[in-house]
Amino acid sequence: MIGGLFIYNHKGEVLISRVYRDDIGRNAVDAFRVNVIHARQQVRSPVTNIARTSFFHIKRSNIWLAAVTKQNVNAAMVFEFLYKMCDVMTAYFGKISEENIKNNFVLIYELLDEILDFGYPQNSETGALKTFITQQGIKGQPQTKEEQSQITSQVTGQIGWRREGIKYRRNELFLDVLESVNLLMSPQGQVLSAHVSGRVVMKSYLSGMPECKFGMNDKIVIDKQGKGGTTDDPGKSGKQSIAIDDCTFHQCVRLSKFDSERSISFIPPDGEYELMRYRTTKDIILPFRVIPLVREVGRTKLEVKVVIKSNFKPSLLAQKIEVRIPTPLNTSGVQVICMKGKAKYKASENAIVWKIKRMAGMKESQISAEIELLPTNDKKKWARPPISMNFEVPFAPSGLKVRYLKVFESKLNYSDHDVIKWVRYIGRSGIYETRC
Amino acid sequence: MTDSKYFTTTKKGEIFELKAELNSDKKEKKKEAVKKVIASMTVGKDVSALFPDVVNCMQTDNLELKKLVYLYLMNYAKSQPDMAIMAVNTFVKDCEDLNPLIRALAVRTMGCIRVDKITEYLCEPLRKCLKDEDPYVRKTAAVCVAKLHDINAQLVEDQGFLDTLKDLISDSNPMVVANAVAALSEIAESHPNSNLLDLNPQTINKLLTALNECTEWGQIFILDCLASYLPRDDRESQSICERVTPRLSHANSAVVLSAVKVLMKFMEMLPKDLDYYGTLLKKLAPPLVTLLSAEPELQYVALRNINLIVQKRPEILKHEMKVFFVKYNDPIYVKLEKLDIMIRLASQANIAQVLAELKEYATEVDVDFVRKAVRAIGRCAIKVEQSAERCVSTLLDLIQTKVNYVVQEAIVVIKDIFRKYPNKYESVIATLCENLDSLDEPEARAAMIWIVGEYAERIDNADELLESFLEGFHDESTQVQLQLLTAIVKLFLKKPTETQELVQQVLSLATQDSDNPDLRDRGYIYWRLLSTDPVAAKEVVLAEKPLISEETDLIEPTLLEELICHIGTLASVYHKPPSAFVEGSRGVQHKRLPPRAGSGESTESPDVGQSGPSEAPPAVIPSQGDLLGDLLNLDLAPPTATVPSVQPSMQMGAMDLLGGGLDSLLGGDIGGSPSVTAMPASLGSAPAVGGGLGDLFDLGGGVGMPTGSYVAPKTVWLLAMKAKGLEISGTFARRGGIIQMDLSLTNKAMSVMTDFAIQFNRNSFGLAPAGPLQVLTPLSPNQTIDVSLPLSTSGPVMKMEPLNNLQVAVKNNIDVFYFSCQYPLSLLFVEDGKMDRQVFLATWKDIPNDNEAQFQIKDIHLNSDVASNKLQGSNIFTIAKRTVEGQDMLYQSVKLTNGIWVLAEMRIQTEPFLLSDLKCTEPRIVYANLLHSQ
Repeated sequence: MIGGLFIYNHKGEVLISRVYRDDIGRNAVDAFRVNVIHARQQVRSPVTNIARTSFFHIKRSNIWLAAVTKQNVNAAMVFEFLYKMCDVMTAYFGKISEENIKNNFVLIYELLDEILDFGYPQNSETGALKTFITQQGIKGQPQTKEEQSQITSQVTGQIGWRREGIKYRRNELFLDVLESVNLLMSPQGQVLSAHVSGRVVMKSYLSGMPECKFGMNDKIVIDKQGKGGTTDDPGKSGKQSIAIDDCTFHQCVRLSKFDSERSISFIPPDGEYELMRYRTTKDIILPFRVIPLVREVGRTKLEVKVVIKSNFKPSLLAQKIEVRIPTPLNTSGVQVICMKGKAKYKASENAIVWKIKRMAGMKESQISAEIELLPTNDKKKWARPPISMNFEVPFAPSGLKVRYLKVFESKLNYSDHDVIKWVRYIGRSGIYETRC
Repeated sequence: MTDSKYFTTTKKGEIFELKAELNSDKKEKKKEAVKKVIASMTVGKDVSALFPDVVNCMQTDNLELKKLVYLYLMNYAKSQPDMAIMAVNTFVKDCEDLNPLIRALAVRTMGCIRVDKITEYLCEPLRKCLKDEDPYVRKTAAVCVAKLHDINAQLVEDQGFLDTLKDLISDSNPMVVANAVAALSEIAESHPNSNLLDLNPQTINKLLTALNECTEWGQIFILDCLASYLPRDDRESQSICERVTPRLSHANSAVVLSAVKVLMKFMEMLPKDLDYYGTLLKKLAPPLVTLLSAEPELQYVALRNINLIVQKRPEILKHEMKVFFVKYNDPIYVKLEKLDIMIRLASQANIAQVLAELKEYATEVDVDFVRKAVRAIGRCAIKVEQSAERCVSTLLDLIQTKVNYVVQEAIVVIKDIFRKYPNKYESVIATLCENLDSLDEPEARAAMIWIVGEYAERIDNADELLESFLEGFHDESTQVQLQLLTAIVKLFLKKPTETQELVQQVLSLATQDSDNPDLRDRGYIYWRLLSTDPVAAKEVVLAEKPLISEETDLIEPTLLEELICHIGTLASVYHKPPSAFVEGSRGVQHKRLPPRAGSGESTESPDVGQSGPSEAPPAVIPSQGDLLGDLLNLDLAPPTATVPSVQPSMQMGAMDLLGGGLDSLLGGDIGGSPSVTAMPASLGSAPAVGGGLGDLFDLGGGVGMPTGSYVAPKTVWLLAMKAKGLEISGTFARRGGIIQMDLSLTNKAMSVMTDFAIQFNRNSFGLAPAGPLQVLTPLSPNQTIDVSLPLSTSGPVMKMEPLNNLQVAVKNNIDVFYFSCQYPLSLLFVEDGKMDRQVFLATWKDIPNDNEAQFQIKDIHLNSDVASNKLQGSNIFTIAKRTVEGQDMLYQSVKLTNGIWVLAEMRIQTEPFLLSDLKCTEPRIVYANLLHSQ
């Protein structure tokens, strides 16, 4: 298991060092600094073995986190733990920075003592941790016995992510379907690869221990219902449903139930959390199409023309559109003409950046540029990087629709109808590239 | 509130000031002081001088302060064991506290203090905490048992904590179950043979129930534990799989990977025609693909594992090629791994896409990545015949880019393509020749020279091209020199008239002006071949070459099976078994996949991709360096063939003899002798046989003539941790009458080692090094070097205990290290040890009975002829053979280097054991041999 955990700043100074196992010595701290942090090259592997000691490292802004071991540990678990550690720290004191870590080092040691015992990760849900590890030392020393056992049963219990006795005057929940659509297209307009990775993020402000059930237009569920002889027109429902390649759930979701009935039921944590992640590859609505045209005029000039077409309902508006057209390193000057938005050549980024604030569906826009090049004797041909695009659209490119989110709380007297629910869809560009 | 100020105290007399503050009456000031102490500790300052003062702060109601003091204690208790005792009372008291959080804190901290005296006091509180009413305390106590076991394993067993821990597996709280499982699994690792986990269907059922309820981490512990269970039959296997598959949808990638491990393992037991088997295969692909959208570090772990899974079961991901396409901003380690998997998944169906991608990658920035991409194009050509033409033209395009390293890499792979498809793409040679000047890497130069030599008859100016290389012959690397020599000889054999001068020039360069023995030898061989029999030379040098294999870099099947059992762990990331990087006893256990279901159907189902590695695994191509170094350019010759030493595996009857002093013979104790540890596990009962005589005789069933004495596998003599990073393993061998000590020196330190020397202490047979230890080049970190040290028997003599003990001193630039090892007595059996029959008879009678020993060797299924043949390989000579009452009697003699004779009478009984009767001319020595067949 994990033998020790170190946190360094970018210079390699130790900010936190917690050793869990006898086989990890102080020299491990220095070995990592010398071999990884001070090594000039970029990181060639996130797992580094130095003198029979393995270092798992991640970097958050300027801060290095390294877990150290001499045993055959579960590598995936160690990285998951490091990410979790970052989440917990962020939940406690915000951004992970050298200053924040120094300011909270006592707290961090306390957390490390709690969430890692002899190198074994323990309950690391911030909801539970915050009940007994606070920045003000332990919350009011003279706790009642009931309070204490409530804490311990929550930390160890089946529903470690939610405490009992939560009360809200207004029961409310917010559902965000956040998708990022990824595309790699050939210059001829052929889709080389496309997928949507989506997340359902939920903010719940619900009283008691509510039981929730979430439904979406999952093809498997809808087909099953169609076969069951419901009144739905099978043709219609088939069209509206989507095929989900794979999905993963927050630990509150009962996985065995999903596996057998494909229903998503859970008792939600309080506040904001990620309910599920999913991935689809079929029938993706690609919100934009990029048509590039690059022509080399002699050795010192390039002509570039790029057309973008929006491909969604005309009533919807896409926002924050940005097209990035790479230019060769030996560019000396650029002249741009665009119909809409603003375009600028940014020499430091070797690209023409074209920004459009808003664009409705089923529209088309165009930019043309003349790039002048310095003559070079560099043998290496310019490797044309792809044209990339950023945008935000108010629908889910995968076609996912939330069908329902039902809330049941039998002990308290509020019903599903009393809960105010908000649903929002946001589609963003992931890596959305067209080769030219 | 900011704590960063604690890091900034650098004044002199700091310790003194802290001391005063720690003893202050004000609680706040005390707390501040402890915080300062912890901050100093973090940055590596030694604050152990404050021990008593800090411990005094322990008696407090303030939990935050208490935790800080505990943290300090865990760090320094070991250096101040006597003072640490002061803390015991507080711990014991805290273990009785009303607040379960404090009870747990006390027991958790106490387990981390590795001081014997404290450990004693820990037992009682721990026992109570293991049965505490609060689950939080119980789950902490469960882990504490593992801590205690790490400090004092015996104590844990004596106190019966293991049984209590086992009971916790049935606990009502899922987290307690998970921690108990984790603790038990860890303890079980250091007791490989104990049945500690005692997994049976009932406990498995409990674990599976807890799996649904516990935290993500607990699920990982349980799944990892489940993976070590061996289901009784396919039905149980299926039912476990069914209950594990829901975990594939967990958000935590480690849970997913551990579930994949369980499924991959248990799937082995399912019959392939089962519907469920197919369903399971289909279910495995999506979660594996999803892992690739995790953070880059996890992607890397996932990709390393997918690499294994693809080799084991290519059918799972064969349709998922696209997800392994490299993204522009992937970190380099992710890119390189993806590329590896792309090559493995490449097939006729997707080759067009793959090639288009690879061509894109070849124009990227990172040199390593570009090289690998170019090499991958070559691999595709070799793997998918239909694509070869496309690959070659892609490579030609790349050569046109004139980017130096791209061109060189392309030439190296084109050479392989020529090998695979002879007489098909030679038209491109002209283009290749244009780039001759830009090649500066030895591998590329050698490849180009090979091409010129191989196709000399089609290249008009081949002689000019090769001649141009010849100018700087001595500045070339060996690889290039050897290749050039061979290429020119080929050229000469093809165009003898015009190239006579050239060939003479190269032969003289190689044989007269070079000090490289390999080059000289090869030069001489060619020279003689050419001068004695040109026809034979032609047959040898221009021989037909065997085809090269399609798959590359495949992991050896047994290792692959073991790694599959370690999915998700470090072993699967390194692609090495745990024993290769874990010290001590942990992880040395080799894990195996369960036996295949339905032995009758070993063939893969028809829809499996063409590269099912399960049967007749393709030979692994040795690395490029070896290819070109081979004399006849037969690329498939295994690299080991050039090693002159006797390989144990090549012997028909391998044999190890171990003698002991007479006293040790009678005492019957040979514990720890090398031959016992080197014995294959299947012969587990052997050491007990024959009164503990350790000469074992591994007769693999062959009847051929023995080819030499047995050489035991190398054992580790000097551990790296005891010798500042130098690890020495070795064995002894007798080759052609010369005693040799074969050593492997490994540098596990972080600095270079030089100046090696070796010396022996005086020993029973006067063994001494016959020459210096030949380590010519400095040994860089992680490098291993093999040396053979010839030994003489003319050194000073002193009787050792045991007789065959040898004390060795090895020196390097760092220090002098000492170790002792034991050599098999058979090392000293000389070749002229065959006694005359008459002399034998006379001597046999003359030896007093005091010098005689008898013993039995059991479980040998050999007839006398085979046995005598085997023994002769080790210079034990059969003088006569007699048959008495249907039993064969062998009379044998052995002569030691110091002139002592040993005579033996061996009776081979129909019962499968031997009776051996030994007599010796010198009362102190008796040898024993034990024949053992599998």
